[in-house]
Amino acid sequence: MPNNVTEEVLDVIAETQRIPREKVLFDSRFEELGMDSMDAVNILFALEEKFDITIPDEAAKQIRTIREMVDGVQRIVDAKAAL
Amino acid sequence: MAQRVAITGVGVICAIGNTREEFACSLREGRCGIAGITLADISGFRFRNGAEVKGYQPERHFEPRQIDVIDRFAQFAAVAAREAVADAGIEWTDELRERCVIVTGACVGGQSTQDQGFWDLYKMGKPRVHPMTIPRTMANAGASYISMDLGLTGPAWTVSTACSSSNHAIGQAFRMVRSGDADLAIAGGSEATFSLGILKAWEAMRVVSADACRPFSKDRTGMTLGEGGAMLVLESLDRALARGAKVYCEITGFGMSADARHITQPSVDGPIRAMKMALRDASIDPEAIDYINAHGTGTQANDSTETAAIRQVFGEHANRLAVSSTKSAHGHALGAAGAIEAAATALAIRDGFIPPTVNYRVPDPACDLDVVPNESRPASIHCAMSNSFAFGGLNAVLVFHRCAD
Repeated sequence: MPNNVTEEVLDVIAETQRIPREKVLFDSRFEELGMDSMDAVNILFALEEKFDITIPDEAAKQIRTIREMVDGVQRIVDAKAAL
Repeated sequence: MAQRVAITGVGVICAIGNTREEFACSLREGRCGIAGITLADISGFRFRNGAEVKGYQPERHFEPRQIDVIDRFAQFAAVAAREAVADAGIEWTDELRERCVIVTGACVGGQSTQDQGFWDLYKMGKPRVHPMTIPRTMANAGASYISMDLGLTGPAWTVSTACSSSNHAIGQAFRMVRSGDADLAIAGGSEATFSLGILKAWEAMRVVSADACRPFSKDRTGMTLGEGGAMLVLESLDRALARGAKVYCEITGFGMSADARHITQPSVDGPIRAMKMALRDASIDPEAIDYINAHGTGTQANDSTETAAIRQVFGEHANRLAVSSTKSAHGHALGAAGAIEAAATALAIRDGFIPPTVNYRVPDPACDLDVVPNESRPASIHCAMSNSFAFGGLNAVLVFHRCAD
C-alpha cells in the first residue's frame, strides 16, 4: 500500500525531473518518464538528502522502476529506524 | 593555400552589456560596469567591488533542468555563442556542423559550483555533494554545451592559460581556419568568478583594487574581477564574401610566448616576443598598428611593464599609438578577458572609435602612452592588436585588420 515514503519519493522524482507530480506513478518505469542515468544519480542524491540516508551503489544499480525505488528507500528507512 | 580569416559574428555578455550592441554602446560612451559585489557575501573583505553581469536571468536562456546542470560560466559561453552564430547568419548543413571547430577559454571554469559543494561538505557537515558537481565544474563545459546546443560535431576543446585563455583559444581557431583544417570556428571564452572561496583566494594575492581598476593611472591600486563570456565566429574571408556575410574585420596574426621567469610577476621580454611574433605572423611592420587593446589590468606591475614592452616593440611609433584597457569598464574576466577584448576591438573597427580607459585620473611617467583617458575617440582603425599576458607568464597576442584594407 502506498504510504508516506511512497508519496515523498514520488514528490522528489517530480521535483528533480521538473515534471508534473501527477505524471509520476507508482508503477512507472524510468524510461517512460524520460529518465537517463544522469537523472537517476540526481534523484538518488535528492532522496539521500530528503531521508538522510545512504543508498549503496550496488542497490542503486538494480533499480529500474519507481516501485523498486520506493521499496529500496523504505527498507533503508526502516533499517535506520530499527537501530 | 592559406585562407584569410574573417570575423563574421560576435556575441558578448559582460558587466557593460548583456548583448553585443549594448556592449558596443557602453564602450563608446565610456560606461563603467564596476559596482558593489552582490553574488557573494564579501563583508570583511579588503575589496568590495566587482564587474558582475547585471540582471542576468538564466531562465530566459535555458530550460529549468538545464540550469540545474550548467554552471554560470558555461551558460555565459552558450549565450555568447548563440548570439555570435545568429549574428553571422550561419545556415547549418551536416557537413558544416562537422567542419566547424569550437575552442573556448576558461581559467576558473565551474569552480563556483565546486566552492558551493565544498562549503556544504566542509562547513555544513553534509555527507555528500551534488552529483552534478563534476560536469558543472569541468572547464570544457562551455565548449561541450555549445556543441550540444548547436549540434556541432567537429573538433572542440578548451584552453586554460589563466588570463590569456581566450586569446590562446581564438588564436588556435584562427590557425585552424587559416590552414583550411576548418571551414568555420566558434572561439572565445567565458568565466563566472563571483564565489566566496574564489574571491578570498584573489584577495589573498593582494592584486585586487579596493575600489576600481584604473589602468595606467598613477594612482592605480590593482585589478577588478569581472565575469561574462564572448564568442567570435571565424570563417575564411572567401567563404564569408561568397555567402554575402557582413565582415567585422580580419584576424591576421597570432603570437605566443612564455616568460620562463616568475609565476606571477610580469616580464618585459615575454610580451615583446609575443607581440613581435603576432606582427610577423600578420606580415606587417609595427607602424601599421593604430590601436592596442592592452592587457592593462590596473596593477602597478602590469601596466608599467606592458608600457615598457610596447615601447620596445613599437619604438617611436609608440608615441602615435592609441592604447587603452577596456578592463577598466568590464573588469578582468580572466579566461573570458581576451575574448571580450577581441569583441571590443572588432566592434571598435566596425564602428570607427577607440574605446577609452575609464576611471583614469593621474598621468604616470611609467605609463607614458596615449591611453585614451575616460572618453572614447572617433577613429578609423586599420589595424589593431589585443594583448593578453597571464599569470604563469604565458602570453598571447592577436592582430586584427579592417577588411577593406
